[in-house]
Amino acid sequence: MQKSVLIVEDEESIALSLEFLLRKEGCAVACARDGTTALQMIAQQPPDMVLLDVMLPLMDGFELCRRIRVDPALKKTRILMLTARGRENEIARGMSLGADAYLTKPFSTRELMGTVRSLLGAGMPATP
Amino acid sequence: MITGALIVVLSFGYVGLLFALAYYGDKRADAGRSIIANPYIYTLSLAVYCTSWTFYGSVGRAATSGIGFLPIYLGPTLMAALWWYVLLKLIRISKAHRITSIADFIASRYGKSHLLGGLVTIIAVLGIVPYIALQLKAISASFSIILQYPTEALVIDSFSDLPFLHDNTFYIAMLLAAFTILFGTRHLDATERHEGLVAAIAFESVVKLVAFIAVGCFVTYGMYDGFSDVFRKAAALPEFNALLNQGGAAGNYTNWLSLTVLSMLAIILLPRQFQVAVVENVDERHLNKAIWLFPLYLLAINIFVLPIALGGLMHFPAGTVDADTFVLTLPMTERVTWLALLAFIGGLSAATGMVIVETIALSTMVCNDLVMPILLRWKYLRLTERRDLSGLLLGIRRGAIIVVLALGYGFFYLAGEAYALVSIGLISFSAVAQFAPAMLGGLFWKGGTRLGALWGLTAGFLVWLYTLLLPSFAKSGWLPITFLTEGIFGIDLLKPQQLFGLQDLDDISHCLFWSMIANIGLYVTISLWRRPTATEHGQANLFVDVLRYVAAGSGSRFWRGSATVIDLQTLLGRFIGPERAHEAFAAYARSQGIQQIEKLTANAVLVHYVESQIAGAIGSASARDMVASVVDEEPLALDEVMAIIDEASQALAYSRQLEEKSRELQSATDELRKANQRLQELDRLKDDFISTVTHELRTPLTSIRAFSEILSDNPQLDQAQRGKFLGIITRESERLTRLINQVLDLAKLESGAADWNPSEMDMREVIEEAATALSQIYKERNIRLELQLPEITPPVTADRDRVMQVVLNLLSNAANFCEKPDSRVCITLEHRSEALQIEVSDNGIGISPADQAIIFEKFRQVSDMPAGKPKGSGLGLAISREIIEHFGGRLWVDSTPELGSRFCFTLPLQRIGGAALAA
Amino acid sequence: MIKPVLKGQRLVALFLLGALLFNYPLLALFAGSERVLGIPLLYLYLFTAWIALIGLMALIIERTDT
Repeated sequence: MQKSVLIVEDEESIALSLEFLLRKEGCAVACARDGTTALQMIAQQPPDMVLLDVMLPLMDGFELCRRIRVDPALKKTRILMLTARGRENEIARGMSLGADAYLTKPFSTRELMGTVRSLLGAGMPATP
Repeated sequence: MITGALIVVLSFGYVGLLFALAYYGDKRADAGRSIIANPYIYTLSLAVYCTSWTFYGSVGRAATSGIGFLPIYLGPTLMAALWWYVLLKLIRISKAHRITSIADFIASRYGKSHLLGGLVTIIAVLGIVPYIALQLKAISASFSIILQYPTEALVIDSFSDLPFLHDNTFYIAMLLAAFTILFGTRHLDATERHEGLVAAIAFESVVKLVAFIAVGCFVTYGMYDGFSDVFRKAAALPEFNALLNQGGAAGNYTNWLSLTVLSMLAIILLPRQFQVAVVENVDERHLNKAIWLFPLYLLAINIFVLPIALGGLMHFPAGTVDADTFVLTLPMTERVTWLALLAFIGGLSAATGMVIVETIALSTMVCNDLVMPILLRWKYLRLTERRDLSGLLLGIRRGAIIVVLALGYGFFYLAGEAYALVSIGLISFSAVAQFAPAMLGGLFWKGGTRLGALWGLTAGFLVWLYTLLLPSFAKSGWLPITFLTEGIFGIDLLKPQQLFGLQDLDDISHCLFWSMIANIGLYVTISLWRRPTATEHGQANLFVDVLRYVAAGSGSRFWRGSATVIDLQTLLGRFIGPERAHEAFAAYARSQGIQQIEKLTANAVLVHYVESQIAGAIGSASARDMVASVVDEEPLALDEVMAIIDEASQALAYSRQLEEKSRELQSATDELRKANQRLQELDRLKDDFISTVTHELRTPLTSIRAFSEILSDNPQLDQAQRGKFLGIITRESERLTRLINQVLDLAKLESGAADWNPSEMDMREVIEEAATALSQIYKERNIRLELQLPEITPPVTADRDRVMQVVLNLLSNAANFCEKPDSRVCITLEHRSEALQIEVSDNGIGISPADQAIIFEKFRQVSDMPAGKPKGSGLGLAISREIIEHFGGRLWVDSTPELGSRFCFTLPLQRIGGAALAA
Repeated sequence: MIKPVLKGQRLVALFLLGALLFNYPLLALFAGSERVLGIPLLYLYLFTAWIALIGLMALIIERTDT
């Protein structure tokens, strides 16, 4: 079963690289450039996972994370936070708000995909 | 049998004892071990109030008017309750200004006026000399009576026929003069304190109290069986009820009130009272106990008055013995020799105490406020040039003592048994009461002026003369009695004791009423007529606010001038003798912590010190003149004095300074706190900056790393995709490079370490070049770029590359804001009066007011940039603003959201402050 | 110097009391011919009031608690 992933990232080039990596993994990928758009998209079609940038226009990643977590319908949605700010207190804040994993930019694509796979579960088919 | 010789030996022996006591007191004072420095001696010296008029006269008055004698002692009791304020003020002022008499006090209060001092002296002498005569008469009468022992005197006026050389009173007066001269003018001293004399006076107060109480006890408990017995038996007397009914023989309530008021004033205004209470006061704390001890003394000496009076009235057949002599004649008639002698000594002590102190007080006034001012003005005496005036001064004092006593004796000798002498006590009280408005007014009211005091005193004095003294002369037969009965020139309304037809008052109340109307009326009216002069105002403040100032030396604040120490010392030496002057200067130097007199500076404090030392010798008004003669004094203008007063007289001046200081401290603390907050803010900003820079660096790095890894892991990618990814890597690398450059650039600009290459440049050319550089981008995005440039613009001095950087930044920002199909950006150049103004306007999405406020800050970007536009570093505008401001220009933005933005900057045509050169 | 303003004010109050006690009309109340132990009432009243006044003065001055 194909997993759906929403990428929330305002940096076009980063979003592009993430999209490429996830499609290659066999996921259904959607992109949002800001927090509010992302929230609407999540409400319309809850994804299996959200790749979430912290520094976003209109609504930042922390707030978006909090909102996803308070919605019981989105209980199963995994959240992977990406940030260019690697401070401990920010990581802690993200985790306390309910993020499932946290990666600091610039990230290793292999580490990222490892994390994505483990969050989406073993049932994910490895594509050639 | 009591012989004349015994009486003479006893009298002279008693006065000799006083000499010894005074001598001992002076010796102890010289040795620095005062015997009078305690509140009990002070209280006893105040009891000089009780004269022979009390000792003999109270009984006499009680025999005719019952309790009518009491107001004379109730008044001082009431006044004692006010001493806390009144007497304390008098003492403080007098100590601070070395005031030694009432005349000096009033003169000093109203600007050190000679005229006032002289007037007060004249009133005091006229009012008091008969009072002294009354004491001498009492001594004389008691002599005559006791000589007739054991038969109590029936007729006692035989002495008036004696030639005065045979009159013991004359010798007593001589002896008192000697005593007063010896102990009252031993030396000249600024303080004018006479410890030995005070000791003697206090001793006399004990003697008269003991004697009177002894007689009282003898009459009440010896001749009768206690108070009740006396009163019961006296009830049989025909006049008894009248005596004890206050509305009856005692006179009406108005008289009672007048006497109370008069005696209230007398207790502080009588020259002798001022002398003992103020001048001779050793320590103002003694006042404390005296406030209740002195009334107690008065009560003690009055408690037996009525029993003795009643006893006398019952014992002697009516009219045979003068009631004034009961204190003496009752022990005599009972043959109690020792008690009769004690009573005689008691009377003598009461009389001599008064005479001594009153004479001292009057002679000080006469010398300082009457004689010296005249002598010093008498140019041909050349007194002001004499080297040593101290001998002359002592001579004048001694002369004044002799003159005052001689006047007293003369008045006694002439008046004898006349009416004038009998009623003189109250007449004296009425005379000194005239000082009350000027004195008490001057103590509590700053508005009183010299002219007001002068006119008030003169008027009150004249009314007193006309309504009280002259009528008493008329009653004595020295003036035609028609003066009394028909008024002067036969004018009915001017009858002295029924002035303007006022008939219902007794003579004392009548005089008090009219004289106070005139005195207070003129004092207040004339004082209010005109503003006080600078000197008057200064003195008024010093006197009225004395309790607020620190004790001494305050007067110097109102002085300004120059003098030499030698001049001042020589001047002081002339009045108190060179040796004492040297001592005084040495003492002053020690008090200032200076070793040698030569090292003193002649400042205002020293001048004030010298002036007050001289004031003790010759009075404050003359002292001022004397000091002025060696000092180049610069008069203070009224407004300067007012300024000093306004600054200083406020009690809170000092605490206001403290408040000021604490406010300064508070504001310093606030500033520190702000600075600290600012530092914390800067620290936070720095953290933010680093964090932001980190973020901005990581973002392109993330793309580069991700695509590099993708390319590396996916060798099977097609050519198109590979090229796209490589393009992204290249672009992001450029972005990274640009960002690093800008961060470094901004750091340089902010730290002032940037390199500037100012030169004359053509702004128009710069704009055209920038437009050309960006034309490709604009074409790609389909944005129209319009240039509106004038033909000629004046050259401007700036760094061409930097200005180019600004124009490029603004133009590329504008392009980023444009997303509509018919987008256009317009750049204009205008020549304003002082500067060139460049505007870059677009019709893009605009910038919200909130964003307008922050976009010039580092890394702050418009939050809702159109998606898909390349992002700037967030440093461009911050750098641009730094550059423009470096050249003295301004960079700002106006924008209407949805309609577009307009960025403007100016470059001044003339460089400001050489900033460009310095760079 | 003993500064408390309160003492001074108490003494002024005492002065006012004394002025009241020693004057018309209070005096008139005692001016009759009544006696106490043979002593005329007015005489007794004046001296009693006087000594009371002095006692109060002493009390105010000597009390240290202010």
